[in-house]
Amino acid sequence: MKSILRAWLYLLPALLFLGVFLVYPLVDVMIYSVEEGYNSTSGASFGVGLYNFAYVLRDPFFLMALRNTVLLVAITVPLSTGIALLISLGLASVKKLRHLFQTIYFLPYVTNTLAVGLVFMILFKKTPYTDGLANLFLRIFGAGPVDFIDGPYWAKMFVLCFYTIWVVMPFKILILTSALASVNDDYYKVARIDATPRWRVFTRITLPMISPMLFYLIVTGFIGAFKAYSDAVALFGVNLNAAEMNTIVGYVYDMLYGDSGGYPSYAAAAALILFAIVLTVTTVNLMVSRKHVFYD
Amino acid sequence: MKVTLVHLTKKFPKHDRKTRGEVTAVNDLCFDIPSGKLVGLLGPSGCGKSTTLNLISGLEKPTGGRILFDGEDVTDLPPEKRGIGLVFQNYALYPHLTVLQNILFPLQNLRGEEKLSKEEMAEKAGEAARLVQIEGLMGRRHRELSGGKQQRVAIARALVKHPRILLLDEPLSNLDARLRLQTREEIRRIQRETGVTTVFVTHDQEEAMSISDEIVVMREGVIQQIGKPQEVYDLPRNLFVAKFLGTPPVNVFRGRIENGSLFIGDEAVLPVPGLPAGGVTVGIRPEGFLPDPAGAFSLRLSRVEVMGRDTSVVAAHPASESGAVRAIISSEEAPDPACETVRFSLKRNKVLLFSPEGGEERIPFGGDGAGKEGKA
Ligand SMILES: Nc1ncnc2c1ncn2[C@@H]1O[C@H](COP(=O)(O)OP(=O)(O)O)[C@@H](O)[C@H]1O
Ligand SMILES: [Mg+2]
Repeated sequence: MKSILRAWLYLLPALLFLGVFLVYPLVDVMIYSVEEGYNSTSGASFGVGLYNFAYVLRDPFFLMALRNTVLLVAITVPLSTGIALLISLGLASVKKLRHLFQTIYFLPYVTNTLAVGLVFMILFKKTPYTDGLANLFLRIFGAGPVDFIDGPYWAKMFVLCFYTIWVVMPFKILILTSALASVNDDYYKVARIDATPRWRVFTRITLPMISPMLFYLIVTGFIGAFKAYSDAVALFGVNLNAAEMNTIVGYVYDMLYGDSGGYPSYAAAAALILFAIVLTVTTVNLMVSRKHVFYD
Repeated sequence: MKVTLVHLTKKFPKHDRKTRGEVTAVNDLCFDIPSGKLVGLLGPSGCGKSTTLNLISGLEKPTGGRILFDGEDVTDLPPEKRGIGLVFQNYALYPHLTVLQNILFPLQNLRGEEKLSKEEMAEKAGEAARLVQIEGLMGRRHRELSGGKQQRVAIARALVKHPRILLLDEPLSNLDARLRLQTREEIRRIQRETGVTTVFVTHDQEEAMSISDEIVVMREGVIQQIGKPQEVYDLPRNLFVAKFLGTPPVNVFRGRIENGSLFIGDEAVLPVPGLPAGGVTVGIRPEGFLPDPAGAFSLRLSRVEVMGRDTSVVAAHPASESGAVRAIISSEEAPDPACETVRFSLKRNKVLLFSPEGGEERIPFGGDGAGKEGKA
């Protein structure tokens, strides 16, 4: 009895912390989301209902943010994971330069997001004086110039995806190279003795052996991409709605603090919709992984 | 198939970049693996056993010397062309595949003229599974099996292509004691049934002794001795081999020879006529002690451990170089644990003399040798 009491005592600081910063806000968001006609100055509301969700789901700005976010997720998660896997496989086969490469690829990870975003903007922005580095490249192939920052939608989407992939790459490469290095060499030895073709070695040994790490990267990749916001701000500035580049988290922020903000109920509803989407995707991920992930 | 290793040498570059240099993992190995025999490659960890195996399989290229399979030089042949079956300590079964799929795997890789039909593959897989007695488990995934069963699957996979030689690298080390014994017998039976030439690597001397037709003892990349297990045990070439074989290990003493007698401390424990006077290192096997109230060799008794049929007498002696002295005697002759000293006479053929310097080679003396019993 006494030991149980003591256990709770030890847990208390963590529970308090979690309660104040996690549980309370979560509950609060849920309450906000169902309070109709909430007025932030008076703190009063008309009643309880699902109107906020209906409003948000019909709001063209939310739909735009939703479309951008889904596009971003659908493009960047598979691409970044696939490219990271290819690079890691390459790194695993050139043993000598591995350390150098690992440092280079890891640089973006320790560099500030906004700083990187500004550099990207300079690379891609078209100004009266210069077309930007990216357009110099395009010119070589006889195309362009395209304004990637203030130009057509697809160009801006391309830059955002490119940037997102580039930023998440180092972490993925780091995880995957260590996953590859941890595969016991005996598997490859047996495969060689068995005259196993390369592709079969990859699908039958390498892929199953690193599947837990791959799965981890995909799940966290999805979650991370759904939460995208600061990247878009770094590239396109604060007024994302005007740039047609808003994301769901951006929409939530705008509803709270933006120029047209002051609607915590709409923000809460949008946040909960995002939560539902992420929860669904993660659950699907988990279900798929049951079949395909190999835990040793 | 007979395998011949001719002056086989393998040097690796040193691991850390600062101290350049080479590690000689295998040093000038010369020996024959007779056709159809099971040869145990034995030595402490890091002595080059795995490297030797990898050289035979072709996974590593030697830095010197040749490898012959039935007289044919295979040194430059890639591993998949050598006709090898390989089994590792961790089984290395293909993840995600069933037992059957694992056994089929090597067959499915065959291309061109060697390509087999589905029926032929199934038949071969069934045959291999029967051999290792896992027919009932074909649909299971290997993670659902015990370590012993997994190792059988690995052996079946290694044998399914009818290799010319089967190489086993510490195949029992991941198993618990009971399974280890059982799987050891299995390997012996499978080897007898198939007659495949087999090399069995282990650092466990008991394992090697019990299973092998011939053992090869290695130390730091160099062969110490080759022979039938009993021969190597009875007549080790040097102190290292003597210490490495046998549980409990041989007791080692500082001794000297004077007037044709072997002295340990002040006691003349054994007549050794004809040997020149001087210091020697003496090895006495635990079973070489005979309780004898009139015996010449006295030790201070520490304790008596009864182990059923046998009794282990633990004693101390100032000239001992291997710590506590251990003698294994019949339980009927066990001394009274209250005694302070115990006296033994020695079995002549269980006493080994080694030169105290250089390679610590064994010094032959009259009357020692396998099978010959003699009381001092
Ligand atoms: N790939 C390698 N690179 C460098 N040194 C190695 C390599 N493989 C083995 N060695 C060295 O060779 C020696 C023998 O190793 P090994 O054959 O694995 O020993 P064993 O199997 O008897 O334990 C050890 O000193 C080991 O460090
Ligand atoms: Mg080894």
